[in-house]
Amino acid sequence: MSTLNAHIPEGPIAEKWTKHKAKIPLVSPANKRQIDVIVVGTGLAGSSAAASLAELGYNVKAFCFQDSPRRAHSIAAQGGINAAKNYQNDGDSTFRLFYDTIKGGDYRSREANVHRLAEVSANIIDQCVAQGVPFARDYGGQLDNRSFGGVQVSRTFYAKGQTGQQLLLGAYSALSRQIAKGRVKMYARHEMVDLVLVDGKARGIIARDLVSGELERHSAHAVLLCTGGYGNVFYLSTNAMGSNVTAAWKAHRKGAFMANPCFTQIHPTCIPVSGHFQSKLTLMSESLRNDGRIWVPKKKEDAEAIRAGKLQPVQLAEEDRDYYLERRYPAFGNLVPRDVASRAAKERCDAGHGVNKTGEAVYLDFASAIERYGKEAAHVQGLHQPSPEKIRELGEAIVESKYGNLFQMYEKITAQNPYKTPMMIYPAVHYTMGGIWVDYNLMTTVPGLFALGEANFSDHGANRLGASALMQGLADGYFVAPYTVGTYLADDIRTGKISTELPEFEEAEKAARERMEKFLTNPGTTPVEVFHRELGKIMWDQCGMARNEAGLKQAIADIRALRERFFKEVKVPGKMHEMNPELDKAGRVADFLELGELMCLDALSREESCGGHFREEFQSEEGEAVRRDDEFAYVAAWEFSDQDPGKAKLHKEALVFENVKLITRSYK
Amino acid sequence: MKFTLNVWRQNGPQDKGRMETYQVDQVSDDMSFLEMIDVLNEQLIGQGIDPVVFDHDCREGICGMCSMFINGEAHGPGRGVTTCQLHMREFSDGDTITIEPFRAKAFPVIKDLMVDRSAFDRIIQAGGYVSVNTSGNLPDANATPIEKPDADAAFDAATCIGCGACVATCKNASAMLFTSAKVSQFALLPQGQVEAADRVLNMVKQMDLEGFGNCTNTGACEVECPKGISIENIARMNREYLSASLTSK
Repeated sequence: MSTLNAHIPEGPIAEKWTKHKAKIPLVSPANKRQIDVIVVGTGLAGSSAAASLAELGYNVKAFCFQDSPRRAHSIAAQGGINAAKNYQNDGDSTFRLFYDTIKGGDYRSREANVHRLAEVSANIIDQCVAQGVPFARDYGGQLDNRSFGGVQVSRTFYAKGQTGQQLLLGAYSALSRQIAKGRVKMYARHEMVDLVLVDGKARGIIARDLVSGELERHSAHAVLLCTGGYGNVFYLSTNAMGSNVTAAWKAHRKGAFMANPCFTQIHPTCIPVSGHFQSKLTLMSESLRNDGRIWVPKKKEDAEAIRAGKLQPVQLAEEDRDYYLERRYPAFGNLVPRDVASRAAKERCDAGHGVNKTGEAVYLDFASAIERYGKEAAHVQGLHQPSPEKIRELGEAIVESKYGNLFQMYEKITAQNPYKTPMMIYPAVHYTMGGIWVDYNLMTTVPGLFALGEANFSDHGANRLGASALMQGLADGYFVAPYTVGTYLADDIRTGKISTELPEFEEAEKAARERMEKFLTNPGTTPVEVFHRELGKIMWDQCGMARNEAGLKQAIADIRALRERFFKEVKVPGKMHEMNPELDKAGRVADFLELGELMCLDALSREESCGGHFREEFQSEEGEAVRRDDEFAYVAAWEFSDQDPGKAKLHKEALVFENVKLITRSYK
Repeated sequence: MKFTLNVWRQNGPQDKGRMETYQVDQVSDDMSFLEMIDVLNEQLIGQGIDPVVFDHDCREGICGMCSMFINGEAHGPGRGVTTCQLHMREFSDGDTITIEPFRAKAFPVIKDLMVDRSAFDRIIQAGGYVSVNTSGNLPDANATPIEKPDADAAFDAATCIGCGACVATCKNASAMLFTSAKVSQFALLPQGQVEAADRVLNMVKQMDLEGFGNCTNTGACEVECPKGISIENIARMNREYLSASLTSK
């Protein structure tokens, strides 16, 4: 049924990686010096891969569109990074992390890849601590852990609400060390605008210097795409403004299959939308669900009064509140996985219980935690019969020490004090589990082209667990790709330098230039932003938290029409050979306009509900997702064809579960 | 809300640059400062004027890319915020707002409000790391306990986002707060000890080479730092530097 070979090694799951590593052909140090590798993107996956490959002796060229590799959007990850260290002695193990990830992903990820991820997770923490990453510690000087959604152990390592920042700066420091040695040549403010194939192999890229506007040719023996996710197809998301799909999409157009593109993570705890000109959404870390309780008013009248500003949430009595996650999912309560929490919020808001002016928000309340911590602190301090005010004061101090920066961030954006009144949150697009199809070696369907981190599809199935993105980015970059690229490069030691004068480079550069010139000479009048906003609305309405056949078909027609209008009516000011952010944006939005159609096509063809993909036609009477393993336990890998994203061909990689029994995911 | 904006326009590093005045209306108080600039730019594109170039990315105060000097202050009025976290409710309807790039000899203007801060990357490349290769055989992460106060202080120093507000604010355009934050992070951790002396000497040397000025302890950097990085770090770096200078081989 499939032309895809995932190259999963033979043997018991716990031995696959060790045995595979032992068999990977080595490239001698002298030969490594003859081999060039391009790494696109400098987030966790890219920085760690570039640094590790350079340490091994390869010549590395790294690219990022930001002004410095330290600014990649991994930096914004807040809550933490998972690792099966079992420091808390709470029953964690490599197998349990593997199992939780497979189950959390709703049985749509590949067992062998996920097990490897769980295996190397412990190495990541050792590596980061050795680099001087200042993780949170307890008073005994040992590393501290917290818990995240979808699991019943505490295995998340963290650095307050800035874990992504600290991990990225660790990888950036390793990268900087190699830049200083001349082992990595860094190209900041450069954007990959095309992939170059020579004899069917990835041999280089065309990049635009975003300052001078010049197109450049860069050749290499292998190209690693570490370019993150494509959540910005929804216009509003928690991604950075510059996050885009262009590198991945250009690779797709040149033969890399896109896998499960419709698997999008909608994060339950984001600050609600406030207005039309809003440019992005801000996440409130999932770690807040350790201590925050989620609720809406039980009665619709109360919700209406709150929306009208006639009632304050703190005035609502305990019995008039509906802690709907605790009610529906008693075993996991507020810590159900993200997809479940998001859908439950949407369900309550759609039923008329939402708060905020828009009716699209629920409360995340810390009053109970403040009281609980306050009492605990009073006890520790030996205070007998402390006043409620004293308990509050002590409790607020503890909540501040845990989440201070998040509370401060919330207050800055909303001008409300979350210590005194519950936070308002609503789901928002956050992460894309789908991505470029890769085999066990992280190689795409294009020989010599690899995809790491969020850019690939491999580990999270239909839903990613909290604190697992950082784990995967660093696992791929530090511990997987540096080995597995050897399987490919071992055959390239006699190839010699790849010339950028080859006709393939010339053609790719010419095509890129023509695309840009077309934008600049277009007689339109509408700014790029307008089309992006419109695309985002189609995607959010029809391919967001809930999808159905009619909506998806409509969305495909709408996107095709919008794309046509875009190329006719868009206005891009400025010139080619100068800094021109509007031109950069136009290229990115053009690719989003193609990707959006493929996402809808994928969502349409997957006639089941799983993880973040909820098809309204496939739900139980209680509104829970209905998965259809008999027909859909596969990875949908799409091949670009006929120069039309809507004509992509579907290839199926069957998912074989030998170590985990497929059951209905229940968090009740 | 309506505003009059005086915006620095400069075509490139060689251009002399000038202030231009624009009117912008239909601004809501919930907008961030950068969203207000987005509105201005959509308006300028409509009028056939080149949009204002500025650096920005995450828009949640952590990437360190946004960098405007607003009404004479790095990241504008308000403490503990980057420009992207500054909201228009901090201004009054009808205000005139002056917007300039971060100015320093070591931060040349690229275009309009965008400056080149690669000098910061080169300071890190001079020693802002622990020389440890990727390896699956490192000691267990809990093998060396680290006292919580040290771990916390190292973390506080490490939260620097490298935006350059300290440099833009300092009358000497000094990068001491930035450099000392990285030196401090490693000085406080056992992992940083082996290379401590070389690190501080090399990073300070690079800082001087880049053309940043010296520190005269006015403390303005600490006040304007969006992440509240303390000037205690500068004191710590000076101690580290002194002892490294006396003991270096």
